[in-house]
Amino acid sequence: MENIDPSLVDWSRAQFALTAIYHWLFVPLTLGLGIIVSVMETFYYKTGNPEWKRITQFWMKLFGINFAIGVATGIILEFEFGTNWSNYSWFVGDIFGAPLAIEGIMAFFMESTFIAVMFFGWNKVSKGFHLASTWLTVFGATISALWILVANAWMQFPDGMHFNPETVRNEMVDFWAVLFSPVAMNKFSHTVTSSWVLGSAFVIGVSAWFMLKKREQSLSTKSIRIAAVFGLTGALLAAITGDGSARQVALHQPMKLAVMEGLYKGSNPAGLVLIGFLNPEKGTYDDDTNPFLFKLQIPGLLSLMANRELHSFVPGITDLINGGFPVEDTNGIMIQALSAEEKMKRGKIAVQSLASFRTAHETGSDSLAAIHRARLEANYGQFGYGFIKDKKELIPNVPITFYTFHLMVLLGLFFILFFAISGILIHKDLFHKWKGMLWLSVLSVPLAYLCSECGWIVAEVGRQPWVIQDIMPACAAVSAVSTGSVQTTFFLFAILFTVLLVAELSILFRQISKGPDPEH
Amino acid sequence: MKLGKTLWLIILIKLFIIFFILKIFFFQNLLNKHFDSDQEKAAFVGKELTNRNLKP
Repeated sequence: MENIDPSLVDWSRAQFALTAIYHWLFVPLTLGLGIIVSVMETFYYKTGNPEWKRITQFWMKLFGINFAIGVATGIILEFEFGTNWSNYSWFVGDIFGAPLAIEGIMAFFMESTFIAVMFFGWNKVSKGFHLASTWLTVFGATISALWILVANAWMQFPDGMHFNPETVRNEMVDFWAVLFSPVAMNKFSHTVTSSWVLGSAFVIGVSAWFMLKKREQSLSTKSIRIAAVFGLTGALLAAITGDGSARQVALHQPMKLAVMEGLYKGSNPAGLVLIGFLNPEKGTYDDDTNPFLFKLQIPGLLSLMANRELHSFVPGITDLINGGFPVEDTNGIMIQALSAEEKMKRGKIAVQSLASFRTAHETGSDSLAAIHRARLEANYGQFGYGFIKDKKELIPNVPITFYTFHLMVLLGLFFILFFAISGILIHKDLFHKWKGMLWLSVLSVPLAYLCSECGWIVAEVGRQPWVIQDIMPACAAVSAVSTGSVQTTFFLFAILFTVLLVAELSILFRQISKGPDPEH
Repeated sequence: MKLGKTLWLIILIKLFIIFFILKIFFFQNLLNKHFDSDQEKAAFVGKELTNRNLKP
């Protein structure tokens, strides 16, 4: 038996998380600010007013700085797949490869072609062509995000594939099921609309800083007017798509939902925790310690979000481990939920069947291979449980998931109010007069980043131990490399990313401080 | 123009670090490095999955 050091799994996770979180600092601003810049340029195209050109070029410059520093940071994630997650990379086969390949070929080339026109094409191409290039750059970036999120959504809800034990790969049998999976659609729309929130907060924050400095009043007012409307639209849509995502989590990742809510024992109806403080004394999932020191909840709301019924049962962590509660199967028939122990038993049968199939296949025993293949297929839905040693491994980190989820939701609600108030104040020409609002706007920029990163943490930490839900845990996905080599690259990245971030922030702040080009 | 030059310089340095240092020295594709054919890769991953066990 091969032994994998548990710290290797943790360091590989940490390395991936560091890279993804860093990469995610740049993506939402590109998606959000990109549309705002496109809208501004559309105003310039429609009105011919040179002030709109000046405004567009200023924000485009900030967009360019963010793009330049962020570009290619996502490629490092693909390197990590090949080196640190080689079992996973092979196992997911073309399902993960296809969306990433489409992303690379179609969206990235589209983005990079039009971004050149966008930055260097002023006064060289017609106004209409330039405007089209700006919109297409943002469209390309958004389509890039779609393919990445489709691949990620498949890991959260594997569908449209068939496992081939001969190649040890999951092979795509239904491209459309992968692309249009409800998890992918919700994930994409929630991620993109939350990026609009971040882009809008950035524009309002920078504009408010100009107002505090009593500079660029007209540019700031016009920018805030657009960003407030766009931000409010994004925040409301993010709330709606967030609700859709919660429904999908309830259907396909009930443990993640239970952990997000700190729900240890299921109830009917289940309330949604609005604010809560977890009890650090809580040890294991089955002890009698109250998991909360304090909580304020909205009765029945979690049931409504999870099942679309106010008086419905939402399983908690203990229920999911013990099983035995009524649940709908894939054919819509009510069955008793399996316990973790039963799933682990079936998972071990699946893994053993794969081994037996491969031996039978290699020795040419076709009839024996067929028997093992059938046994593997019957238990493949629990394949990943075959690698789980202790059922407690099936519970993600509760405090991290709970607090990041609630912080994200509270900040989401804050942004709905913030954009609505910003819109009213700018409409009444009062925004620049309220110093508190100006400072709050500046503060909203880091808050938007915090909210966005919390979303990533909820999605990824909340689905542990799974790399592919129920099919492959992280301990089976990692490459058998030395922990030291992963630690080395982790610290290497930490240094590289810090240097790049300092470079970006200093260039960005310098550019903001310099302001837009002088009016001619 | 100074801004443009600075950004290009950062992009080039970053791409050099990513593709000529990280990729070559730290992030070789493990399966491609050790195996030539898909059959060999499948056999290796199959063995990895069926034998994998965490330290108690």
